[in-house]
Order: sequence, then C-alpha cells, then structure tokens
Amino acid sequence: MLCSEAMAASEAQRAVEAIWRIESASVVAGLARIVRDLGLAEELAQDALVAALEQWPTSGVPEKPGAWLMAAGKHRAIDLLRRRQRLESKQGELGREVEERQGMGTDELDAALDDTVGDDLLRLVFIACHPVLSEESRVALTLRLLGGLTTGEIARAFLVPETAIAQRIVRAKRTLAEARIPFEVPRAPEVTDRLSSVLAVIYLVFNEGYSATAGEDWVRPALCEDALRLGRIVAELVPNEAEVHGLVALMEIQASRLKARTGPTGEPILLLDQNRGIWDQLLIRRGLAALARAEAVGFAPGPYTLQAAIVACHARAPSPDETDWSRIVSLYELLAGIAPSPVVELNRAVAVSMASGPDAGLALVDMLRSEPSLQSYHLLPSVRGDLLVKLGRLDEAHAEFKFAASLTRNARERTLLLERAAACSPSG
Amino acid sequence: MRFMALWRPGPNANPPTENMMAEMNKLIDEMTKAGVMVQTGGWNPASPCTVLKSASGKVTVTDGPYTEAKEVIAGFAIFDVKSKAEAIDWGKRFLQVAGDGTSEMRELVDGQPR
Repeated sequence: MLCSEAMAASEAQRAVEAIWRIESASVVAGLARIVRDLGLAEELAQDALVAALEQWPTSGVPEKPGAWLMAAGKHRAIDLLRRRQRLESKQGELGREVEERQGMGTDELDAALDDTVGDDLLRLVFIACHPVLSEESRVALTLRLLGGLTTGEIARAFLVPETAIAQRIVRAKRTLAEARIPFEVPRAPEVTDRLSSVLAVIYLVFNEGYSATAGEDWVRPALCEDALRLGRIVAELVPNEAEVHGLVALMEIQASRLKARTGPTGEPILLLDQNRGIWDQLLIRRGLAALARAEAVGFAPGPYTLQAAIVACHARAPSPDETDWSRIVSLYELLAGIAPSPVVELNRAVAVSMASGPDAGLALVDMLRSEPSLQSYHLLPSVRGDLLVKLGRLDEAHAEFKFAASLTRNARERTLLLERAAACSPSG
Repeated sequence: MRFMALWRPGPNANPPTENMMAEMNKLIDEMTKAGVMVQTGGWNPASPCTVLKSASGKVTVTDGPYTEAKEVIAGFAIFDVKSKAEAIDWGKRFLQVAGDGTSEMRELVDGQPR
C-alpha cells in the first residue's frame, strides 16, 4: 500500500518535472516581465513549482498546467508587489495592472499569454546571453532558464561540480541586477550583435556535445539535443534572421551523423570513414530545409549559413568519392572572407587536399604551423599527419599523430591518434 | 530521446471539425516552437491501405480497407524530448485536442545496427 502510494507520488513528480521542462521558460519569462528582475522571477517560478509538487500528486495535474504555474507565480508576484507597494507608491500601478490581468477569465489569460509569450521568451534569451556575462555564465543561464535543465544536469553535462554551476548562476543573476540590465529585446542597431552572442552560446553547447573537449566520451548526444532544441526555439522566435536558420541547419546536419560518429566501443569514426547508411535522413532533410530558409531570408550568407552549406555538401553526397570538394573549397573561401580564422584556414586546406591533392593541402597546412593560436590545437598535427600518410611520408606522420595525441584532452580521441601513430611506425 | 506516436481514433469518432483542426494546428505550432516536433503527418483516407505479409519467405500483397475500425491509424508524430514523462505530457495535450482514441507511443532506438 505504502509502496504503491510512493510510486504514485514519484510518478506525479516525474509528470511535474516534465511539465516544468516544457513550461518553465515561458513562466520565468512572463514573471520577469512583471517583476523586472530575472533572479526574482526565477525564485517566484520555483515557488510555483514547489506548490505544484505539493498539490498535484493529490489534486491531479490541472488541464492547463502551464497556465496554472503562471497563475501561481503571479499570485506570489502580486503578494510581493503589494508588500513593496506600501514602501513605494510608484509600484502601485504595476500591482494594479497585474491584478487586472489576474481578474481575467482563464481563456482571456491564455490569450494574453499567447500574445506575449514569444516576446517574453525572446527577452529571456537575450538577457541570458547578455555580453555583460562571462561565456560560461551565459551557457549555464541559457540551459537553466531556456532549456529547463537543473543545475545538477548542467553540472553533469559539463563535468563540473554542481556547486560550481549553482554559483555561476547566482553570480550571473547578481551581475545582471547590478548592471541594471533591462528585461527587453535589444533595439535594431544592436540586435544583430546580440543575436550572434545567443547563437554562439547555443553552438558552444552543441559542440561540447558533438566533440567533447574533455572527459571519457567523445560525444555526449544529450547536449546536442539540448542545443538543437534551443536553436529550434530561437529560430521560431526570430524567423527573419537568416543566421538562426543557418545555425539550426548546421546543427541538424551535424547531428544527423551522431550515430555514425562512434564505433561499437565509443571510438570516434571520422567523416569519410562513416557508414552513410546510418546518417539520420530525417535530420538531414530538416537541415537542408533550414538551410533553404536561411538562404531565402538572407542576402549574403553569414558564417553559420556557410558552414551549414559545407556540411550540406557532405550530407548530399551518397559516398565520400561523390563529394563536391571544389564547391566546399569555394565555400571555405567565402567563409575565410567574412570570418577569417586559422581553424577555417585549416579546414580549407583539408578541402583543397581533397580537391587538388595532398601536396596542395600540405602547402597550406605548413603555412599555418607558425600560427600562435594553433600551437596547442591537436587537429593541426592530426591533419598534417593525415596528409603525410597520403604522401607516403610515414615517419613524419608518426611523429605528427603522437604530437596530436599529446595535445588532446579527450581520452577517446587520444586513443584514436595513438592508433594512427602506431599504424605509421616502421614496426606497425 | 525520440518518440513516435501513432494515433488511432476511437470507433465512434466523428470526422475532424474545422475547429478541431485549428486547435490541432495550434498544438503543432506550439510543439514546433518548443523545439520538440520533428515530423508529423496523417494518412490519406481516400487511399486504401496496402498490406504486405511475409510467411515462409513468400510475400503477399493485399489491397484494401482495414478489417476493424480500431486498427485505423490516422496520423503519426515524431518528437524529440528529454524524458518519457515529457513525451507522455505532450501526448496528453494531443489527446485533449484529438478526442477519444488511442495514441501509441514508442521510443525510437538510437544507435546503429551492430
């Protein structure tokens, strides 16, 4: 009896958690608009969640759980504002406004929420990725507020202690409050810059899942899924921004290869060695559609759209031999023109080697060897080793792979590089 | 986690009304905006189903209607969610709009055949 009660309770808790993941961002965003303080809004939303955890197991889950959570949060906001009202008459107006909204019927309330929920979410995205915050704080806050992840889940995803994430989030909220960052969508001249910060945070999360910089596992698909979900949300919030669709296209197509990127024991499998039959065609189709959307909205393609166009070349090729390498080279040239970086140059060199032969690629790679920012980048010696193998210069390749292995912090990748080194040694 | 839901309307279900379709589009829009919906669709009711059966290596192909109303699959959806509980919650929202019937939900396996 006790056992089944406990089971029912834990089932109710799971249901509440699921609903929280779906609704929390809108609830926090809606409350932040009312109280104009992100930290406070999140506290109020948490209070509403606690109330749900107490009441739903016995009362059952309400028919519109999101509206219930929002209403519970607003009740608390009103209480709070009333208390403040006694001190500051200025806030009385705000309190009345909230009260009027509260007096509406459920349908009217829903309609009001529907009208503003998109704008509220957009404000939440922009404030969570505000440039005043450090990059790691932006990531933590975005996953927490928009992704609905707990601090524990974020900590596990990034392999850091939960206390560190909790502190990061507390610090971030304090920074936003102290800097008096308004809860608003940035104005037109700013919006592109601010959006690029949002997209950078999402892509950072994706990449940490796609090729983990540290730890035992080479890929952590859950992080990719979180990033994809965030990207899809933002794409619907700002459908006229080409680069959002470019980023979504890039992530969908890259994610389509997740299953093919690791072997039976979790070892990495590189792009040209992958079994293309298990690439996820549904994600590829979604990615190509997002790319088409990006190209339809934008005039000149931005960096994400160009990268998406590059991965799309691979997605369209039934086999490695059928890859349109000359198109990839020209896309990298465009990318180097608008977003020059040594990493782009390295990738261009790889494409050139595929289009025009390893000699041509190696000449470009060698020009990058003095590049200071690539001194500890393991992919430089790794690519160089690969080209040297193709040129039959195995001794040099061996040394490059060993050097690359010493530079990576990822265990799986190190093993792969050491294997490649061993395969090049005279005895191997 | 990716789930696929198959929708079988109840035996006494009425054809979908305009209002219901509007509500359904609203839900699909909401799921898309939440980054959850991967793909959804329905079957063309005017096109009868074709059944392929394999027994002892022999494949027979039968055209024709379903034998029982309860077997009619009217639509499907594939969505990306964080947990089974979340999949169930979206499923409940779907049923609130779709009415009586059964939604069969299965987790799609991730990973290559080995």
